[in-house]
Amino acid sequence: MVPETRNLKKGKPKLAVCKLASCDGCQLSLLDCEDELLQIAELVQIASFPEATRHFEKGPYDLTLVEGSVCREHELEMIKEIRAQSRFLVTIGACATAGGIQSLRNFADAKEYVSFVYAKPQYISALATSTPVSAHVAPDYELWGCPVNKEQLVEVVNAFLNGRKPNITARSVCMECKAKNTVCIQVSRGTPCMGPVTHSGCGAICPAYARGCYGCFGPKETPNTASLADWWKRELGAQEDFTQRSFRTYNAWAPEFRAESEKHGKK
Amino acid sequence: MNGESSGYSALTPAQFGALVAALRQAGYAVAGPRVADGEFVFGDVSSSAGLAAGYADEQKPGRYLLSKSAKSAALFGVVNGQHSWKKYLFSQQETLWRARGSSGGFSVEQEPCRPAKSAFLGVRPCDIAAIRVQDAVFTGGACADTYYKTRRENALIIAANCTRASGNCFCDSMGSGPRARAGFDLAFTEVAENGAHYFVFEAATAAGKQLLSKCGAPAASAAQTRKADALIESARAAMTKKLDAKNIKALLYRNYENPRWEQTAKRCLACANCTMVCPTCFCSTMEDQTSLDGAQASRARRADSCFTLDFSWIHGGGSVRPAASSRYRQWMTHKLATWHDQFGTSGCVGCGRCITWCPVGIDITEEAAAIAEAEAD
Repeated sequence: MVPETRNLKKGKPKLAVCKLASCDGCQLSLLDCEDELLQIAELVQIASFPEATRHFEKGPYDLTLVEGSVCREHELEMIKEIRAQSRFLVTIGACATAGGIQSLRNFADAKEYVSFVYAKPQYISALATSTPVSAHVAPDYELWGCPVNKEQLVEVVNAFLNGRKPNITARSVCMECKAKNTVCIQVSRGTPCMGPVTHSGCGAICPAYARGCYGCFGPKETPNTASLADWWKRELGAQEDFTQRSFRTYNAWAPEFRAESEKHGKK
Repeated sequence: MNGESSGYSALTPAQFGALVAALRQAGYAVAGPRVADGEFVFGDVSSSAGLAAGYADEQKPGRYLLSKSAKSAALFGVVNGQHSWKKYLFSQQETLWRARGSSGGFSVEQEPCRPAKSAFLGVRPCDIAAIRVQDAVFTGGACADTYYKTRRENALIIAANCTRASGNCFCDSMGSGPRARAGFDLAFTEVAENGAHYFVFEAATAAGKQLLSKCGAPAASAAQTRKADALIESARAAMTKKLDAKNIKALLYRNYENPRWEQTAKRCLACANCTMVCPTCFCSTMEDQTSLDGAQASRARRADSCFTLDFSWIHGGGSVRPAASSRYRQWMTHKLATWHDQFGTSGCVGCGRCITWCPVGIDITEEAAAIAEAEAD
């Protein structure tokens, strides 16, 4: 998983930001790295970055950051081409890593949705499902989050440039809450919180504002969703549709969240 | 700086306030129990008015309820909360050294540690026991941890004996409370009932005695010390949770294989909350950081937990404890059994935090009893 940067051809590594079906929020996170962006631009050759510039250079690329999920017909080919052109491919964000919020369609009839939303549904060429990059090609690294955390994004680029592993762990959001001394709102206020089953990375923002974690960073390593859902029901009085909705947000199609959501509420 | 106790003084709330002022005047950063944004925390105390007056806690497995009573004047009515003094002594993230590249090599600089002189106000006996456990871990061996040691040496400890027990307390089983016997500079018992409000103080060190002398407090009457003692005993009597500390080590050593581990793993979230709130858990990982251009690097120590996969990740394969059952077993067996062999003491002080702050209410005392019961079957 650690890229061998020493074998780079002479010159700066080529960086490409590519986009599938997404809101662009994750590549905006890169644009939002105000302090580091200029330095990154000095250290890499930015070959493609649609939100920043119209400038475009063909591959191959040394590092490709892909946002978005595979939602439309042409993206099936596009992601294969991106993989073929990329020495190191990193998915950035919930869409590219887990299918995104648009994967809610996977639980329903997408055609029916289209007919409600669009005046002329015949122009829409959407696939029946929204799927992550990993369903089509093998990424080298996956960054979670809706959107990604910009420090983690810089860390991935930094690790790539220095030929090391990113300092990013799959531990729980709880560990971030505890590290910043936020008192647990599930325990102290009885607020159902996704933190114990959710991948860290956001810096535990919501619990610090007395809101339960929404699970934006997807499942943590070995998440015990069944036990958490059981506690919500028995001790916190959570309704089945609430529990289903909690597991069906930005990472609805992540296997562990998907499986838990299917155990609750309407089919 | 901690020694044996002697003689008692009785402080009025005003004199107690004068003590806090004297601490600050003597240059101590005072940390103590507070309520911030509706939560009980340890934070900066600028005067005794900033303490958690009138509050009390109710604790159950997985639940913590804080309430305020207009009738209560007690400043230390809350037994404990999520925070422990580990917050001040064992940093969650600490840079240890920095390296800078130069032509033909690199230079390394140790990160200095310059802690402020601090006073911990209202340290519960179980938490004093926990600090002493961490002292053994960080300073007891051949290599003392500079960062912990420096902070520890700069900390004055003012103990608060317990006059209430939370629903999850079991310090009596672990021999760590409800009265502080040693390990403090000053210790007090707060009496706040039937209109009376005073603090029965004892000083154990020269620093403690000097501070106490600045409050102008008279010696406590026999009735006052008797009352304080009675309240401590009532806290002991109120403790409902028990752990068989005498037999637990042998029990766990006999039960590496026990069906209870699998049953608990069905509930355990492996979220690491128990280890993060435990006042004695000390595990950490090392993280190497680089600047984008690779010209500088640094190494930081970051709090870790035996519940993460990374913690037991080994070269070439993955975690040696992939199942939650093996991680929970590791934690509980270390805390209550192997800790004795490693550090000559139990790793558990009976504060109950792991029970309260487990998001699904797993109770270490119940687990210990269940293992004994499963073995007997």
